[in-house]
Amino acid sequence: MKKYLPSIMFFVLLLIIWEWVVKYFEIKEYILPSPSAVGSSLINKKVLLWDHGLQTIYEAFLGFLLAIGAGLVLSVAMGLSPGVKRTIYPLMVVSQTIPIVAIAPLFIIWFGYVMMPKVVTVVLICFFPITLSLVEGLSTVDEDMVRLLTAMGASPWQVFRKVKFPGAMPSFFAGLKISATYSVMGAIIGEWLGASKGLGIYMTRSMKSFLTDQLFAAIAVVSILSLLFFAVVEITGRLVMPWYYQK
Amino acid sequence: MAEDYLVVDDIFKTYPPAEKGKEKLETLNGVSLAVKKGEFVSVIGPSGCGKSTLFNIISGLERPDKGSVLLDGKDITGEKGHISYMLQKDLLLPWRTVLDNCILGPELHGVSKKEAYRLAMPLLQEFNLSDFASSYPAQLSGGMRQRVAFLRTVLAKKELLLLDEPFGALDAYTKSEMQDWLSGIWSKYRETVLFITHDVEEAIFLSDRVYVFSKRPAVVKAEITVSIPRPRSRGEITSNDFVKLKKEMLSALLGA
Repeated sequence: MKKYLPSIMFFVLLLIIWEWVVKYFEIKEYILPSPSAVGSSLINKKVLLWDHGLQTIYEAFLGFLLAIGAGLVLSVAMGLSPGVKRTIYPLMVVSQTIPIVAIAPLFIIWFGYVMMPKVVTVVLICFFPITLSLVEGLSTVDEDMVRLLTAMGASPWQVFRKVKFPGAMPSFFAGLKISATYSVMGAIIGEWLGASKGLGIYMTRSMKSFLTDQLFAAIAVVSILSLLFFAVVEITGRLVMPWYYQK
Repeated sequence: MAEDYLVVDDIFKTYPPAEKGKEKLETLNGVSLAVKKGEFVSVIGPSGCGKSTLFNIISGLERPDKGSVLLDGKDITGEKGHISYMLQKDLLLPWRTVLDNCILGPELHGVSKKEAYRLAMPLLQEFNLSDFASSYPAQLSGGMRQRVAFLRTVLAKKELLLLDEPFGALDAYTKSEMQDWLSGIWSKYRETVLFITHDVEEAIFLSDRVYVFSKRPAVVKAEITVSIPRPRSRGEITSNDFVKLKKEMLSALLGA
């Protein structure tokens, strides 16, 4: 915690300046609420925020898990077979040039105003960093280690399981951390386009009613949720790769 | 004397040119050598002479253009899984503890973890590594990592150990310490070892016999038997017998 102290102090300083600017220039609350106004709205609306937040957590988490599953399957297939990699990898990169915001409304047409379109949005956003990092991790394996195991009589599958896959874990977890923060954002984007519940729709409603303090309160919750997802991945990483953190 | 155990018979290897217009790379030009069971044999030669190519051919990672590799009378040319080797790079898996690194060989051949640990424990003790059984390689010194790598090589229970300049990356002090240690361990277990090096003293100190390679394309220039009795001590490096062998070897090397 100690290493974050300078950042925290600087952040608090920024909040104080912000508070002072809003008060001094008498900025209207619907233009820019002060941090204290945001704070009080966080406390006043905590039941509602929690209710909407739970929905967002659920969508983000489910989408994140599905993206991990899909990423694992695809990258393992690409790691085991160069042919699959040559076929899929370029298409995967090209798929990232499609603006998800533009096609997300389609999901609503396909699946309706249910949870599904949000989860699909999360999967599409999270899938790429996860798969890319794992594929990269699998391909940067130390060839000398592979040769050693091969000379010892290991099968290609044993080489994969004992050298390539564990060796790809640090890179995989780097991708997971990126995706973890994206997952909450993905759920919000999904909800913007139409939902009955969730922080995304809460934000849209607050904005339309010029309740800017509530919008900021929701943003604060989204940030905290993203950090939470990040922390879960970080802790999992420490449990899975104790060797990596002992260096 | 026992029969030849590993026989490398008249090996030729030429690599195609790396780029267009470059010449092809003649690396091995009819190399033959033999190692008896329980013998410690070294190969010494100028760097880039094709020692490592020979190494890859014996381990089955590469095929020779011509010639064959026999182990215990059986043709193993291009076959993997008969030997275990050790390089200058320790190649320990960083995510495995020392103990789990050591049991890699048995594990690959389907031995249960429990059984493999049972095999490894006495050796860890013997190698003075038991205190570090649950450490990760990154926490160990270079010399210790090489000891773990050697233990892994021994525990792989292959018919032949190939050691390719295993101490090449260590500082001079650790290197001589490791040589003493290896010499002691070898006297006890009498594994069949083919040791590759470019260090003349190291070759004499450790070996029963030494093959001297020429510059590329490599041929065997000399075969020198080291009859200094074991156990050998550091002090013997300055003895008359040792110095004589060293002169003989250097002249064979430099005459290349």
